[in-house]
Amino acid sequence: MNIDTKSISRRQLLKGSGALVVSFSLYGPLSRALAQAQETPEPRPYAVERVDLGTFLPGPGDYLDPRELDSWLAVMQDGGITMFTGKVDIGTGTRTALAQIVAEELDVPFARVTMAMGDTAKTVDQGRTVGSNTIPRGGPQLRQAAAAARAELLKLASIRFGAPVEQLTVADGVVSVSGSPEKNVSYGELIGGKHFNVKITAAGYQTAMVVAPEVKAKSYKDYKIVGTSVRRVDLPPKFTGEYTYTPDFRVPGMLHGRPVRPHTAVAKPLRVDQSSIAHIPGVVKVVQEGSFVGVVAETEWAAIQAAKALKVTWSQPQTQMPANREAVDTYLTDTKPVRELTAAKKGNVDLAFSGASKTLQATYHWPFQNHGMMLPSCAIADVQGNKATIWTGAQGPFTTRDRISTMMNVAKKNVEVRYVEASGCYGRLTADDAAEDAVLMSRAVGKPVRVQWMRADEQVWDPKGPQQLTVVRAAIDAQGKVTAWDYLDLSFPWTESQGTPQLAERQIGIEPTNSGNPNGAGGAGDIYDFENMKIESKTIPWMFAEPMPLRTASLRSPGEPPRVFATESFIDEIAAELRMDPVQLRLAYLKNDKRISEALRTVAEQSGWTERPSPARVSSERILKGRGVAVDQRGGSIPAVVAEVEVDTSSGKIRVTRITMAYDCGLIINPDGVRNQIEGNIMQGVSRTLLEEVNFDATGVKSVDWVSYPVLRFQDVPDVQIHLINRPELPATGAAETPIVVIPAVIANAIFDATGVRLREIPFTPERVLNALKARPAITQRL
Amino acid sequence: MARITLKVNGKSRMVEVDPETPLLYVLRNDLELHGPRFGCGLAQCGACSVIMNGNAIRSCVTPVSAAKNHEITTLEGLGTVAKPHALQAAFIEEQAAQCGYCMNGMIINAKVLLDKNPNPSEDDIKKALDPILCRCGTHLRVIRAIRRAAGSTRVKA
Repeated sequence: MNIDTKSISRRQLLKGSGALVVSFSLYGPLSRALAQAQETPEPRPYAVERVDLGTFLPGPGDYLDPRELDSWLAVMQDGGITMFTGKVDIGTGTRTALAQIVAEELDVPFARVTMAMGDTAKTVDQGRTVGSNTIPRGGPQLRQAAAAARAELLKLASIRFGAPVEQLTVADGVVSVSGSPEKNVSYGELIGGKHFNVKITAAGYQTAMVVAPEVKAKSYKDYKIVGTSVRRVDLPPKFTGEYTYTPDFRVPGMLHGRPVRPHTAVAKPLRVDQSSIAHIPGVVKVVQEGSFVGVVAETEWAAIQAAKALKVTWSQPQTQMPANREAVDTYLTDTKPVRELTAAKKGNVDLAFSGASKTLQATYHWPFQNHGMMLPSCAIADVQGNKATIWTGAQGPFTTRDRISTMMNVAKKNVEVRYVEASGCYGRLTADDAAEDAVLMSRAVGKPVRVQWMRADEQVWDPKGPQQLTVVRAAIDAQGKVTAWDYLDLSFPWTESQGTPQLAERQIGIEPTNSGNPNGAGGAGDIYDFENMKIESKTIPWMFAEPMPLRTASLRSPGEPPRVFATESFIDEIAAELRMDPVQLRLAYLKNDKRISEALRTVAEQSGWTERPSPARVSSERILKGRGVAVDQRGGSIPAVVAEVEVDTSSGKIRVTRITMAYDCGLIINPDGVRNQIEGNIMQGVSRTLLEEVNFDATGVKSVDWVSYPVLRFQDVPDVQIHLINRPELPATGAAETPIVVIPAVIANAIFDATGVRLREIPFTPERVLNALKARPAITQRL
Repeated sequence: MARITLKVNGKSRMVEVDPETPLLYVLRNDLELHGPRFGCGLAQCGACSVIMNGNAIRSCVTPVSAAKNHEITTLEGLGTVAKPHALQAAFIEEQAAQCGYCMNGMIINAKVLLDKNPNPSEDDIKKALDPILCRCGTHLRVIRAIRRAAGSTRVKA
């Protein structure tokens, strides 16, 4: 089905048929249809003049008012529901899961709910889609708005029938009077095509916003749609080519742009040789602003050729790339932090160490890693005078809007950002680089420009998951009891991704005003209850004079896979030292937390774990087999995992043969959706553990494609078994990023079990494995 | 610029383009077929796969001139949401995607595999799809979907 409608506004949506609206979500995001609405400017009935929600003081008309019920949802004449949300589905299935929550609360069939996501002019700002928070935070916000709408609909039916609300029941969006089934009315008849014009309460803002807490939502005991594996609404068109991803979106008169950047820090373009591309037909303009250089062309192919052929002579940057990974480790340990956080402090660690009969210490190394989106950054911008419209797959449409309004020096309301899904991005699209490139190029040519980064642009300029270094110490007394845990995490902040100026902004002279956002502190052993504990996290400065390719951003459970790699490897090192079974040692020291222990016991049982210390009896065979365990808790979600590996002692190649995971994330909205996320986390975790490291030297980034930055392929995927622990009485805590945190450690522990060799440096490449095997049997460094 | 006639999904389509243009951009931008997708432009990820004369090719590195007079099938040529191909139906059944961006490569290469080997083992499938990258990690679902499709094809035959 094609949507050729010239002009569809929110008002018209209300009047339209539900079927039409549903077709938007199936055959291209709602924004595609809404995009056309620009031709007939309409008043924005919901635009807020001024909202005072605590610290949240937007300018006039910048945000939809979350205290208007109409900001959240609309009932169509045929009873279809359109739910408006500032959250976006970045390929994890939340379009479906959120619709389940809404349908459940409204008592309408699932198919009747359509999600309109991430349009800065038409949805409430619920914060960025990050940190697995869409279901835990966005879910309750939508649930409460839906519950408030249901209460309002009951009130209208009560008036119509002269019956008290208590006598009304709802089924499939039809309200009936108990005992008088002939007295019934559908939601569509009650309010279809009209506004509610009802105020609800809202306090706080974005992710932390609390919506209509006074409205009582349904008990989990009555759930019929939540908790079932409803099929994802977006998948069928994704399998047929009918879905509209960002690069499929078309704006009339659109041109094609490509940025031109070196693979090292960006200095000044001393000379841009236009004649170098004179032979390419269809080039519209070489755009140069500050140190930004890009080409705009009539066709995509011309833009690609021109960007490749354009000769730019860059000046020597002030910012020197580090020579190698070791140099960055040295910098991490030797540089004064911008921030020091003590995440846990208990007892007297120093005293415990001085009285210890044994102490252990180990250092764990994590490299820069790429997000590795399948689709390199892509966005479309249409800048007309002091206004701009952006179509992008960014995780924070409102963040993109704010960055671009700063970049253009215009009011926020002059910039409208509409979400069009990109590929999975895992944190990468918290920094919306392509949108900024597109704005600069569109502004220069006065026409809409679509920017598509090439693979090398993406690999080199991806704001990477930071390199990280962790030092852990433990004290053990004469009875073999672990008396102290001393943990130090050294990490870089995210130089991008938290509203700091991004690549193109930096290139036109917008300077960062802070040092970036710290890389998290969880997963550092805080699930354990040792008598004396110290957990410190130091953020080492990483903001440079010029944009530099080793820039950083949040990457799936930011900072936590490296921290849990250190924690859960070291716990295993302690177990080996004490000749204890690794599961039993964990159970002995886990805080009095039934859920973590239960997840751990479940995974041990389901994986057929037999109690014994590691390493296994190491034989002289070429292929050695081992098993490992790891557990963590992040934001309320608990992954407990067992891995089985094979180590080829002649080639050094590791094969992860089987992974069993028990996962507890409170209330499960969609079990198959959770399983899908867990499977994906496991595969990406195996990939990052065995293969992934950004290579660079003083001349620039050397990982430029999928050959120089390999990722996991079909022939190396493990078998996976998942055991979900559903706790419907508890809040939902999310699954999109937590399961990955335990994967690096569980593989390291299984390799140790197989070989007696402890690997402390990611990734576990055959070369590293072979070197470690040669150095056997050094298991732990003793002080 | 040259006029080139392409046979895509059973129809003849004429385009006027630089003959060196990779087939991918012609399919996507001139013929508005969005099934084949840009992932790397280097024949390294498989997202751009299309079927030419019964074989899966990487349209991102195939000049459009080389596709002249050959039968090309894109993802759109297999089926639609309303009327999905057995493979597409199996992928839906197995919910075999997350973001879905790599799915063109998965389904196109699976189609070629099943055409040549209607009853592939799990290892056959892994080998055939090894060059196709998925970053969300839906590999196991993809394998299940292909096995399911192979089963349903056999039942029909």
